[in-house]
Parts: sequence; C-alpha cells; structure tokens
Amino acid sequence: MRKSFFEASARERLLGLVDAGSFREFIPPEARVSSPHMAMLDQPVAFDDGLIAGAATLDGRAVLIAAQEGAFLGGAIGEVHGAKLVGLIERARVERPAAVLFLFDSGGVRLHEANAGLIAVSEIIRAVLAARAGGLRFIGLIGGAGGCFGGAGLIARCCDALVMSEEGRLAMSGPEVIETVRGVEEFDSRDRALVWRVTGGKHRYLLGEADALVVDDVAAFRAAAVGLLDTPVGLSLESVEREHALLAERWHRFGASDDAPEIWRALGVPADEDVAMMGAEEFVAMAARCTGRSA
Amino acid sequence: MKRDEMLNALFPAGWEPAALEQDYFEGRAAVGASTVTVIGTGARAEVGADLALRMAAAVLETVRKRPGEPILFLLDTQGQRLRRRDELLGLNGYMAHLAKCVEIARGGGHVILSVVYGEAVSGGYLTTGMMADACYAFGDAEIKVMNLPAMARITKIPLERLESLAERSPVFSPGVANYHRMGHLSEVWTEDHAGHLAAALDELRSMDAASRGIDRRLEAGAARGGRKLAAAVVERMRSDG
Repeated sequence: MRKSFFEASARERLLGLVDAGSFREFIPPEARVSSPHMAMLDQPVAFDDGLIAGAATLDGRAVLIAAQEGAFLGGAIGEVHGAKLVGLIERARVERPAAVLFLFDSGGVRLHEANAGLIAVSEIIRAVLAARAGGLRFIGLIGGAGGCFGGAGLIARCCDALVMSEEGRLAMSGPEVIETVRGVEEFDSRDRALVWRVTGGKHRYLLGEADALVVDDVAAFRAAAVGLLDTPVGLSLESVEREHALLAERWHRFGASDDAPEIWRALGVPADEDVAMMGAEEFVAMAARCTGRSA
Repeated sequence: MKRDEMLNALFPAGWEPAALEQDYFEGRAAVGASTVTVIGTGARAEVGADLALRMAAAVLETVRKRPGEPILFLLDTQGQRLRRRDELLGLNGYMAHLAKCVEIARGGGHVILSVVYGEAVSGGYLTTGMMADACYAFGDAEIKVMNLPAMARITKIPLERLESLAERSPVFSPGVANYHRMGHLSEVWTEDHAGHLAAALDELRSMDAASRGIDRRLEAGAARGGRKLAAAVVERMRSDG
C-alpha cells in the first residue's frame, strides 16, 4: 500500500525512507533545543525547531539524514534549525557516510528570525559545497506539502542529485510572493495548474534539475534515493563549467518563454492534457522516448 | 553610497572596467599592492537568471585566466528577480550555480571578499556576497530579508511591537550593525574605505588557503552575542548520539 510522502509528517517520511529500526536521532525533541527568539514575539516553539536529523542506514549503507517539518512555520529556517543542518554537514565531513539526505519541506528563511535564518542558509550552502568538493554526496528529496522555496530552493540546487514527485514544487520565490509584488497577471498563485507547470516535479525533471521523478509514495522516494547512492560525485571546475554551458543554453533557448508548454514542446515532449495527467512512471518512460534521456 | 562614489572611495587611483552598466559592472583594480577582479551590481539590481549567469561567467573567467587573483564582490541589490519567466527557467539553480563557481574559485586559491555599499536583500546576496571568505559593508548600507512593515503584515505581529523589539534584538530587523553582531560581517566601514579594503585583503592573503576557507561566522556570532545558540547547536550535532 502506498504511503503519501506529501501528506506524511517529517518524521514519518524520514522513518519510511531509511532501513527499519536504523534511525538514531541527534538533538532529539526530548533535548528541548528550540528557537530562543520566538518567545519575545509570543510565537509557539517546536522542541526540534522543525528539523529532525540523525544517522541511519539506507539499503545497508550509512547515511546522515535530515527532514524539515513543513507543518511548523512552513519548515522555515531559523537559528537552531539552520545550525542543526550545518552541524550535520560538519559531522558528515568527519564520518564520510555514503550520502547526506535532505528531505526538504520549507519556504526558506524564517521571518521571525530573518537575519539568523539568512546567515544560516549561507552557512549551509558553503558547508554543502565545501563537503561536495571533498567528495561527499548530497541527495535532496522534494515532495512535501510546503514545497522547497527561497533559501531551501538554493540549498536543494547545491545538492548532487534531487528526487521529486510531481506534487513536489521547487523554485526561488513562491508564486504568492511574485503575485503580491508584480500582480496577478505576472503569476496567478491560485491557478494551480500554472503553479504546477512552472514549479512542479515534471517540469523540473524535463529541465534536468530533478534526477528522478517518482510517484507520491515514501517507498518510491526510498527506491530512488537508493538508486542514486552510486552515481558520480564531486564538485570541480569541469563539472561547474558543464553546468554553466547547460544553463547558458537554457537561457538562450528559453529566455523568452513564460510558460512551460512551449519549453516542453521544444524538448520534444507533447504538452497536452494527456501528458499533464500521466502518472510519474508513464511520464518518465514517455520523456525517455521523446527526449532520448535515460529513464 | 552610490556606485561611482563607492568606486572612487575604494579605488582612489582608478580602476579598469571591462563592463560598466547600470545594474552590472566588472573589471580589475589595484588594492594596496595587489590587483583584484571586481564583480559588482548597481542601482539596486534585481538578480535574475541572466545576471547570475553573467557573474558566474566572470568568476569562471578569473579562475581560468588569472589563477589565484583575489575576487571582490561590490553589491547593491534588491534581491532575486520576481518574475515567472525566471522561475520557469529555475532561477534558484542559476543562483546556486554562482555559489558553486565561487566555491571552485576559493578551492583554487582565490581570496574572495564582498562589500555591500548599497542594499543587499536575501536571494540577491546569498549566493554572491555571502559566499565570500570575509564579508564587509559600508556604514550607510542596508542588509535585510524584509523591512519591518512587510514583516508585520506577514507575521501579523504589530509593527510597533516589532520596532520596539528591534531596538534590543539583532535577529530579525534590517541593518548592517545587526549583521555584524550576528557574526556575518567582519567589519563595517564608515571612513577610509580604501585603507580598510587593503588591510582586509592583506589579512586574508596572509592566511593559508585552508584556514581562509573556514567559515568562522558562527564563532563570531557567539562571541558578539548576536547568535547565542547556533555555535553550540553545531557542536552538539557533531558529537551527539
């Protein structure tokens, strides 16, 4: 039976992803390490500050893993939440696990402690990239109800590989923010189909930003993560130059587009109703047929 | 400070621009006894996919053509560009790519410095200036995620309350002094900008590359009392369980 990754809590996702009984949490809720800044604003706290982190095995391999709880302040990153992630990455640089897994569910920087959150995001990005340059592997998983936006969206794109469900959303600014600033004609955040076309897993997969597109099922995320444990790692001048060429080409080809269907058609994928409704497995097979990309 | 005033203040003997446009500039300049690559944004530039790509190209060109030459980011940015088109192309990926280029430069022995002379907001700052070995700002500059009226609207906390709390907490309100106290900025410069820049560069150049690459902002935040918990949480995460 499927267990929806989208609807699960951070803890349910994390426990369903790793080998049963293998998870050992660091700074668990019982330690009561919560945000020191929320009380002065009369805001509630969470005893884990919305971030669960620890060690586990995945298919028998040692991993370090963190999951953001989107139900607490939208999974937003504050001082403690961010420091837990920085500490986990530092630990990985010593323990050298097979991978560090991030289960994203976050709108980005927590406004109530905005300066601490912004600095923490930059520390996380620096730590991830330094660790990657040292050969560590980072895998991001995006399929939670809150999506992955702002600083979290930047961290995600600093990972080696991403797994997304089609319900997963990944972008910099959320549609609501763009609509508020630029108006509804720029981005109608209530047009669910539009939001999905621009930020959703299928589009990110076709652009090559997501390495795997899976159904909304914790077991499917697990299988995809296992499949990424042996892909090449490393951050080098050559890998960054390759990415530069890809991004430059994308800007060149699609810089004048403002909706996904024209990009999909240019990539060889029919952008019709049937494709929009296709399940993840069928979509991946279709994309492989139409674009020559390996499924 | 305005861009040209800033350029005169930092480079009194002049500099060699390779590009000097309203929202973007690059070139080379003498700082003390060194020559540095300058990459900058102006006029409260919004960082879209194209500008992120352009800055990334400038970093990569420096790495390829001038190995080890220090890179100086000079920033005035209102943040990421808020357009559907940029999001469709994956703006966060373009910005993350810029961060990777900076990391590659650091690994290649380039000293990376950043100076905010105008405004620096969230996404426009995260993968540019905030990636530097050491971050600086002018005294009249502004660093923020969001101004207090907008924060009051979104968090539904009364503005008067936020303004009053901002007087004693550096954690949420805009301001370079707050970002210094939180450990992010190494220094805030109010005078002799050229002298401060030369001294900062000398200090970084005197360190070996491995030591220079260590992110010390957690310790600074703890020492200055702005981020009381983060350094301890990182330490505990490294040793817990």
